[in-house]
Amino acid sequence: MFWSKSGLVCQEMVELITDYLEDALPRSQRRRFEAHIAGCEHCTEYLEQMRVTITLTGRLRAEDLTPAMREEFTDLYRRWRSQSG
Amino acid sequence: MGLIAAIAVVGLGLPRRRTQAPVLLDEDAELVARLRAGEEQAFVALVSRHHAAMVRLAGSYVASQAIAEEVVQDTWMGVLRGIDGFAGRSSFRTWLLRILVNRATSTGVRERRSIAVGDAGPVVDSSRFDASGAWMSPPQHWVEESEDRLLAQGLSGDIQAALEALPVRQREVVLLRDVDGLSGHEVCDVLEISEANQRVLLHRGRSHLRQALETALGGA
Repeated sequence: MFWSKSGLVCQEMVELITDYLEDALPRSQRRRFEAHIAGCEHCTEYLEQMRVTITLTGRLRAEDLTPAMREEFTDLYRRWRSQSG
Repeated sequence: MGLIAAIAVVGLGLPRRRTQAPVLLDEDAELVARLRAGEEQAFVALVSRHHAAMVRLAGSYVASQAIAEEVVQDTWMGVLRGIDGFAGRSSFRTWLLRILVNRATSTGVRERRSIAVGDAGPVVDSSRFDASGAWMSPPQHWVEESEDRLLAQGLSGDIQAALEALPVRQREVVLLRDVDGLSGHEVCDVLEISEANQRVLLHRGRSHLRQALETALGGA
């Protein structure tokens, strides 16, 4: 079911997803959001895809400090120590 | 406050929160105490923990990686000079990133930004819905695949490219929230934006990334 008299339509759902995930929807809106999800496989899929997107983005990692950079920052610290007495 | 809100949240399909976040902050507090006591290793450990996030964030203000790294060094010098004045009212990380943003802004080619959201319009093309607003071209099913399998398909590169293509304010918010694991509240403090703006930027950014994944996986 995509539509009911007081319900949300899919096109509105995709705009509310972040507010839902951030728990920023008013209570009544949240209930309508969850009622729609319960009856709409496409929006359930979309919500899951957003969740997976967030998780995959969180797996992006830069490499650790290289030994050369560790040395550089150690030098920076020592320079500061010598300046600040 | 962000963490408490996150724990209190119940509902379906919520993202798994990073349970290590409080531990990270405790470790920061411990390292800061050791740094104040004059321990060099504590300084290097702090740098190591925050370096990647700092270079990424600085990179959205300045023209090159080399300048971003200079800004990061300059920020750490500021941290060393100011650490005794750090009152601990915000987390160390928030304090650190605010110093970084201030330095990057004064160094950067980019002006201190307006509140502009960067782009407008719906996050999913309206041609994918019918006149009643129901899906006509729904998202294809790919979420049952494991994260590892998805990443093994080289999707990290697609996410990275999509992140870099985001309008700069969206990129900053997504980086800080989803890559670096800051709370919404911390992001507002670092970037000096309202909670509502933070959510709009996060929403647009994440929606772009989801679309990029869908495209990469051969969907609409």
